[in-house]
Amino acid sequence: MALNSPQPDDLSRKQRFEWLALAAIFFFSLLGIRLWSLQVIYSDQYQMLSQKNRTRYIPIAAPRGPIYDRDGLLLVDNRPAFTVSVLRQEVTDKEQLLTRLATYLNSDWHQLEADWNKHRYYPQYRPIPLKHDVDRTTVEKLSENSIDLSGILIEVQPMRAYPFHEAAAHLFGHIGAITEKELTQQRFSDYHAGDFIGKSGLEKHLEPYLRGIAGEKLVEVDVKGKKLRQHQVQPPLPGKSIFLTLDRSLQLQAEQAFGDQSGAAVVLDVNNGDILAMVSRPAFDPALFAHGISNEQWQTLVNNPDHPLQAKAISGQYPPGSTYKMVTALAALHEGVITPNDIIDCEGRTTVGNRSFRCWKKRGHGATNLKKALRESCDVWFYEVSLKLGIERMSAMARNLGLGRSYDLPLDNERPGLIPDKTWKRNRYNAPWYKGETVIAAIGQGYVLTTPLQLAVMTSTIANGGTLYQPHLIKRIEEFDGQILKQTSPHVLHDSDLNQQDLRYIKEGMEEVVNHPRGTGKSSALQDVVVAAKTGTAQVVRLKDDPVDGEEVDVEEIAYRHRDHALFVAYAPAEKPQIAVAIIVEHGQHGGSAAGPIAKQIFTHYFETQHAVQQPTENSGESDV
Amino acid sequence: MFDRRLAGNFDWTLLALVLLAAAIGIANLYSSTSSWNLSGLPIYMKQTYWLAIGFSIAITLTILSYRHLEHMAAITYIGCVSLLASVLIFGKTSMGATRWIDLGFFNLQPSEVMKVVIIIALAAYFSQHESNEGYRLKELIAPGLLLSVPVILTMKQPDLGTAMLLLFIGTTMALFAGIRRYALTILALLSSCAMTGGWFLLHGYQKDRIRTFLNPERDPLGTGYHIIQSKIAVGSGGLWGKGFMQGTQSQLSFLPERHTDFAFSVFAEEWGLLGCILLLSLYLAIVLRGIYIARKADSSFGMYLAIGVTAMIFWHIIVNLGMVIGLLPVVGVPLPLFSYGGTSIVTTMIGCGLLLNISMRRFIF
Repeated sequence: MALNSPQPDDLSRKQRFEWLALAAIFFFSLLGIRLWSLQVIYSDQYQMLSQKNRTRYIPIAAPRGPIYDRDGLLLVDNRPAFTVSVLRQEVTDKEQLLTRLATYLNSDWHQLEADWNKHRYYPQYRPIPLKHDVDRTTVEKLSENSIDLSGILIEVQPMRAYPFHEAAAHLFGHIGAITEKELTQQRFSDYHAGDFIGKSGLEKHLEPYLRGIAGEKLVEVDVKGKKLRQHQVQPPLPGKSIFLTLDRSLQLQAEQAFGDQSGAAVVLDVNNGDILAMVSRPAFDPALFAHGISNEQWQTLVNNPDHPLQAKAISGQYPPGSTYKMVTALAALHEGVITPNDIIDCEGRTTVGNRSFRCWKKRGHGATNLKKALRESCDVWFYEVSLKLGIERMSAMARNLGLGRSYDLPLDNERPGLIPDKTWKRNRYNAPWYKGETVIAAIGQGYVLTTPLQLAVMTSTIANGGTLYQPHLIKRIEEFDGQILKQTSPHVLHDSDLNQQDLRYIKEGMEEVVNHPRGTGKSSALQDVVVAAKTGTAQVVRLKDDPVDGEEVDVEEIAYRHRDHALFVAYAPAEKPQIAVAIIVEHGQHGGSAAGPIAKQIFTHYFETQHAVQQPTENSGESDV
Repeated sequence: MFDRRLAGNFDWTLLALVLLAAAIGIANLYSSTSSWNLSGLPIYMKQTYWLAIGFSIAITLTILSYRHLEHMAAITYIGCVSLLASVLIFGKTSMGATRWIDLGFFNLQPSEVMKVVIIIALAAYFSQHESNEGYRLKELIAPGLLLSVPVILTMKQPDLGTAMLLLFIGTTMALFAGIRRYALTILALLSSCAMTGGWFLLHGYQKDRIRTFLNPERDPLGTGYHIIQSKIAVGSGGLWGKGFMQGTQSQLSFLPERHTDFAFSVFAEEWGLLGCILLLSLYLAIVLRGIYIARKADSSFGMYLAIGVTAMIFWHIIVNLGMVIGLLPVVGVPLPLFSYGGTSIVTTMIGCGLLLNISMRRFIF
């Protein structure tokens, strides 16, 4: 203490006043320096923050691009719909709000809460959509009670609309909310949570075109996010317009022709590969997905034994049955193993080694030449021919006609089918090829699998004289202002290099299928147009269950089994073909009676509409060949 | 008793400075509350009335000599401490703090009154126990107790800002009165220990405010929100400001408590650095004028009283502005003559009245 002995306070009173004044000036200077730092040095930064504070960019959803048919008739578009959203920062009592909302919207409380929590990483000022497509009555109820529903917004948003419901549903596919996983993917880098994206079909494969560019409005808001003024609007840019090769009325007609039956149909323009109609039945309404499908609806679709979600036209792989006989016949003529007038005597069966293969007609067809074999679908003729031909040459012709491959359509799960040969069997089963397998392959059974699309391509290739066109679905893509971005022209995949004389025999046989009194497809005959066709029946038994080696392979019996599929391929007019169709009716039993009438309706419709008159202008593709 | 000479000595300069600051404050309130749709009297009009009431009290006070206060020091002190204590028992709780006594027509905030009362009490003590060589520790016990009782009571409410101000005012007066160097060293050590220990006595929200002050981004939507928004307002004002009524931070309600504690942010946003420098100069002028008045005071009590009142105004300014521009934690101290609030304006005007009173009775050379 002594060392720290009190010094006399040497500050005179005057000095103390000066110290006080200096201290005051010092403190004020500190404030001044700080203000200078905030308002001059860092001012830009704070001005930016202040701008951000009061203005918000609120996205305006862009309508997805519309989808039209070949003539510009609407297939898929958008309609305005009410979306109920919540602005969390204005909500004081979440539980209570959800309870009220659940009552008004007739929704499940927990579902609403789940939707709310799903978007918890959303910026606070962005409304969370809780329920899409709310009807007008509910909107009115909500508006009347808006005082109790503080924080609830009703927005008008474009909603995907499919005015023809199930028609061509598998082509369009469906849209759905982007998932968290998808958001992490590179191709969705500029998407936001809550965006809807194409999940299947064209909606998925044309997503970059269909997706519009969201607009923005610059909104001045107060601290509660309440809109005060709207400054400027960057209108959303709708997605591109897609023009398909489909013929809307033909598609609708084909869909309708199926009635309650399940199956698929493909209609091709034989001269350019345009897909005029593509039907898979049963179907689903893509609108169910447009704003989130409910679990029950989803379960109903998934558990339906007829697989409404499957695009049977491209992913259904069926044994082609007798529709494959053109392949065998053409291969036989091409390879010269038989001439059109060679007679094979059908006694109702062919024996290979110790196995017996029956014709569908137990009594047999008697003396049969090529035309009769096609017309009456004599199995024995093809058995005999196939034994001379061998599987390799038969399968080569199948591929030559467009079977056993996929066509890379912008759709999901397009399957390649299966055209078997020795190498395939060795790789697959590590087993040699048996002659019996060649025999059943000759009538489109056994390992052979085709999709309706492939059968249509095959028929089309036969019809147009051997040109394999790439089947395509998209005619052109236009900017919303009509500027053409992309246009598809006929693309020849290859020339099948068929002898036109050989082809004529096949075609004559196919004409007789419909127009001969004993033809298997005569129920499809039209009055004014000559139709050429081939009927078929496909067994439903799975490949691995197929008793290939067994005696019990009884084609006749199989052909009449209750669950067999009915097939029908056809083209018309016979003299100058325009369109080709391939139809399968699942469990339809007889190609001629179940699938044929559908083809007839398609042809009738096609040739009755004025559309058919315009057809010659599209024939330019033929001259290239 | 009332001398005509007194009227001649009236400090028009101080009055002009004070009224100018108050007028700017009212204009600023007009801007910051213009977007409000309140029924009844607008805020800036209420403030004008309060100013008028405060002004009347101040002028009335000049009639009676401040010297009478010296004799009333003890009784007002005891009375006010009792009021403070009773607040804790009967007070009205608002926003988690008990600060007000409901007098029916007026919510009295005894801690505000205490600011003036402690000044009188300390001025009386120091003037009666003057020491030319500075106070020893022992001699500081009595004023220390005088100060710590209301400080502790105020902290109890809890009102950290006012408690801090009482402490600052008392410390300033004591420092001015003179403390021996060793005593000062020990006190400095003791207070730093007390501050460390005091952390544990703070309420959760008070700790939060200090933590947030140290790092506002810690909780940008919670306790850090005030500081961040205020800094954005001040900083975005720039050199020239956004213009009267053009401050987006305040007009769009991003700025909280923009009519009370954060009134200066509105001003800074709309008037920029130039406006701020002018306002700071105005406040500095008031403070320097107060020191000048203390220096010219005709008695020791008058001198201490003037120092105390000036310290009160000074610390309010420093603490409020420091908090608004992010130099100090948010403690809820109003800016004299600028923040809306009847008690604050009346207290400040009473202080000014005392200064005018002392000034009028100064030595005349």
